[in-house]
Amino acid sequence: MEFFKQFAVPNPTPTIYLSMVAIGLTLIAVLAGITYFKKWGYLWSEWLTTVDHKRIGIMYLISALLMLFRGGVDALMMRAQTSMPGNELLSAAEYNEIFTTHGVVMIFFMAMAFITALMNFVVPLQIGARDVAFPRLNALSFWLYFMGAMLFNLSFVIGGSPSSGWTSYFPLAGNELSPHIGTNYYMIALQIAGLGTLITGINFIVTIFKMRAPGMKLMKMPLFTWSALITNLLITFAFPVLTVALAMGTMDRLFGTHFFTMDNGGMAMLWANFFWVWGHPEVYILVLPAFGIYSEVISTFSKRNLYGYTSMVVAIVVISTLAFLVWVHHFFTMGQGALVNSIFSITTMAIAIPTGIKIFNWLFTMWKGKIQFTVPMLYSLGFIPIFTIGGVTGVMLGIASADYQYHNTMFLVAHFHIVIIPGVVFAMLAGMTYWWPKMFGFMLNEKIGKWAFWNIAIGTCLAFFPMFISGLDGQARRMYTYSEVAGFGIWNLLSFFGALGLAMGFILIVFNVYYSARYATRDIGDDPWDARTLEWATRTPVPEYNFAVTPQVDSREPFWDSKYEGKTLFKEEIKDIHMPNNSGQPFIMAAFFFVAGFGLVFSLWPVVYVAAAGIAVLLFIRSFEQDDGRHIHEQEIRDTENDKRGETR
Amino acid sequence: MSTEHSTPMEYSTETNALNIIGFWVFIGAEIALFATLFATYFIMEGRIADGPSGGQLFVISTLMIQTFVLLTSSFTIGLGVNAMRLGRKGATLTFLAITLVLGAGFVGVEIYEFYEYVHEGLSLQTSAFSAGLFTLLGTHGAHVSFGLFWGAGIIVQIVKHGFTPRTANKTFIFSLYWHFLDVVWIFIFSFVYLKGMM
Repeated sequence: MEFFKQFAVPNPTPTIYLSMVAIGLTLIAVLAGITYFKKWGYLWSEWLTTVDHKRIGIMYLISALLMLFRGGVDALMMRAQTSMPGNELLSAAEYNEIFTTHGVVMIFFMAMAFITALMNFVVPLQIGARDVAFPRLNALSFWLYFMGAMLFNLSFVIGGSPSSGWTSYFPLAGNELSPHIGTNYYMIALQIAGLGTLITGINFIVTIFKMRAPGMKLMKMPLFTWSALITNLLITFAFPVLTVALAMGTMDRLFGTHFFTMDNGGMAMLWANFFWVWGHPEVYILVLPAFGIYSEVISTFSKRNLYGYTSMVVAIVVISTLAFLVWVHHFFTMGQGALVNSIFSITTMAIAIPTGIKIFNWLFTMWKGKIQFTVPMLYSLGFIPIFTIGGVTGVMLGIASADYQYHNTMFLVAHFHIVIIPGVVFAMLAGMTYWWPKMFGFMLNEKIGKWAFWNIAIGTCLAFFPMFISGLDGQARRMYTYSEVAGFGIWNLLSFFGALGLAMGFILIVFNVYYSARYATRDIGDDPWDARTLEWATRTPVPEYNFAVTPQVDSREPFWDSKYEGKTLFKEEIKDIHMPNNSGQPFIMAAFFFVAGFGLVFSLWPVVYVAAAGIAVLLFIRSFEQDDGRHIHEQEIRDTENDKRGETR
Repeated sequence: MSTEHSTPMEYSTETNALNIIGFWVFIGAEIALFATLFATYFIMEGRIADGPSGGQLFVISTLMIQTFVLLTSSFTIGLGVNAMRLGRKGATLTFLAITLVLGAGFVGVEIYEFYEYVHEGLSLQTSAFSAGLFTLLGTHGAHVSFGLFWGAGIIVQIVKHGFTPRTANKTFIFSLYWHFLDVVWIFIFSFVYLKGMM
């Protein structure tokens, strides 16, 4: 019995018990459903073993949406708790856990997965490639991310969630002040998911550098591909820092080392530095692809080519460089002294320059354009003003001396949500709606989509603008309650209503998926938006091999030019196409990582050894494997192409 | 398969070329990883708490053995790749085997060294310095140890299949990995040991 006690949740409440029952029942229902409808074979051969970048992208998308709801429910609980002074809906301990998991889930498992979903689906199509450079590794990336996310979410019902904030600062996150295993989940789940992200980074750098269609020079790449390239470079150089920091944090917690402790020479500030040396580039890892999406969407729906393409590319590159030079602004108040703070204050404010260039370029793209107010365009239009407000408050926070007033108040919380929601979430929803027809062969309903947009846009403003005021009035972040005389009540109540608006918006999006899947026409052709880049030049839904013939490119908007300038994209004859084989190894290996991770969380060493041996064996199997892929025969391609033509034209 | 006359076999297929570039990018990530570990070590260097410092522990003899052995192994793997390009299977296998034996020697001496450190009162838990030192050296040593298994696997495959685009590609990538570990060791040699002993 003693053995099982460690798996108990430390602060059990009826909610958690109910969740356990709900999770158990859902699992049983899903497993029973798959068995009843005899879908195990389909699930295994079409999804769990797939190495197709489009399917992997779709799995990322589904996971991201699920995590969006997990993180969203956390957010609603926080806003409900603080909606009234002295509220007792949640205890302080529960509140700590919820703001921690909200941040981790939203950043690592929602936003990262969402950008990876769109990169996976879109980038190979946009550059005219058949797949990514390393399809097998791509599958491994997804499954590592997925297992990391599942391991982290398991903490809710087994052993208890981490509670030292998504930044997990030491010494708070150390054994002394967080004796419970919750923080182990944080360290190890992020390590596993981070490994997946690093592999994605390497994979996409090689893909974009080496697999572009003939004629697509670097300066002819679509902006989304450019942003994906720079994002993956950031991933490749920033994530190893997180890897090391997490490993050292894990060693402090499990092996009693003294990296971040208060005694024996340990240095807690080192964690804060490493965390943000990774963490600030991470902000741009999330927002650069978003900028890429906006560039595509605004250009498509203004019916104009992108204004200032070269300056857009330069701006992305400058932002990515500055991203590594600003990390100290996350802790101006932690005693670096005036000189260091001044330097980082200046580099921080400098980021506003390339970002401002991008904003003006988008505005100039729309200038004299024929603007179509579709759902993706609405998100882009909503993004510009709201994001700019967030950016300007960022410059306010970047002034080191003034930051002493704002630091760790709700003003900061307002700032980063007002930046990251329009900057990332709007972009992801815009991108999802924009590429949805390519992914699934039908369009999302515009009317419901617009309702969802207005709920989300107004909800965002209502939820976070009041925090600027309560923050300036002195409301600290991460406090589970406040007294009535503080006068924060009204602002927090408004925030709660805003959060409800956001929730309503997301419910409408889910309803939209259901409604459109059921009623939308499948007769949409290959290019429903009259778009400009290569991903629209192939069939809908996209065949396994993407392009029957590799396109040949000689401009920035090859598809547009082929439609309206009479250029030919596909000049060659159809030939046999070489494709990689499916494999179950990535899924199995990631499952071993999950087991090893669980063992590490609870220091169950035999479990760790067995799982590690499993991983090693799989590495050897992979090394000795003789798998040259397979060929899709020319006739088969012709049949597929003719079929699709008959169906959609 | 686009085989130009001058293209070495390890580059000879599209997949092979992608693998090699991918591995270079991976080395880029590894540089970031080791840079972080070095940064940690430099910060922790003087934070020795009640334990011994590097100057008190580092011994020139084991250091020279390790350095000599690892640097030589980098030379022999280079000879191995050269032999592979000349199509000489026996020589390639011999040089690969010598490389792995030297690598194993390096790991052996490192384990002995760690044992000595612990004996003299520097365990992983002693101080921030010990944590930084063991993590930096241990990560490098773990990479070398991983390489031993990897290289052994490649030897088996060359024996089984001879030189094919696949085995040639694996051998070449393994040599990149091995050279990289050598470069990391040069930094450890200079900035951990020599700096610590001065």
